[in-house]
Amino acid sequence: MIDAASWLCLGLGGLACVIGALGLLRMPDLFTRMHAASLIDTVGAGFVLLGLALQAGPTLVSVKLAIIWLLIFFTSPTATHALARAALYRGVKPLLAEEGAPSKR
Amino acid sequence: MFAAAALALLVTLALTLARALAGPTILDRLLAANTVGTIVLLLLAVIGFLTGRPDFLDLAIVYGLLNVVGTIAVLKFFRYGDLGAPGEEEDA
Repeated sequence: MIDAASWLCLGLGGLACVIGALGLLRMPDLFTRMHAASLIDTVGAGFVLLGLALQAGPTLVSVKLAIIWLLIFFTSPTATHALARAALYRGVKPLLAEEGAPSKR
Repeated sequence: MFAAAALALLVTLALTLARALAGPTILDRLLAANTVGTIVLLLLAVIGFLTGRPDFLDLAIVYGLLNVVGTIAVLKFFRYGDLGAPGEEEDA
């Protein structure tokens, strides 16, 4: 039962990582790419680490996995925020739809 | 099953590296490099379980700490042109 839950979590995490990377590759501008990359940092990392923790059981290994999760949880939004600020400071404009015009994508 | 997760993470790594190579601006490359850091962190943890040596998790923790320091350092350099700049008094 726990094995099945762990495999489900690992599969979902891997799938989220691949989808996020596809978004990173296909999205049209920097800010949408940041949005796709955040999928890897939240859903992908969260499910993969949860799957590994279910395999490890309540041991020191699970504590280390929780520490890694907390590290990603706090540093990833910080790095993304700093990146967005640096982009806006350098004059990168978000790609916006025309007023009233349907989106081309 | 660990092998499948490791394979998915490797595919993710390849796609992210493609963006890092193709990225039109330096900020795209930096975003991809940051994502590569996260993926390598997860890959280290999964490979540790795959080979039955969870000691790899310590390496993953150290790598995560180095990753965020590197990204913030590069971004600060872009923002101020100097790593020793005090802050943002000029336009706050």
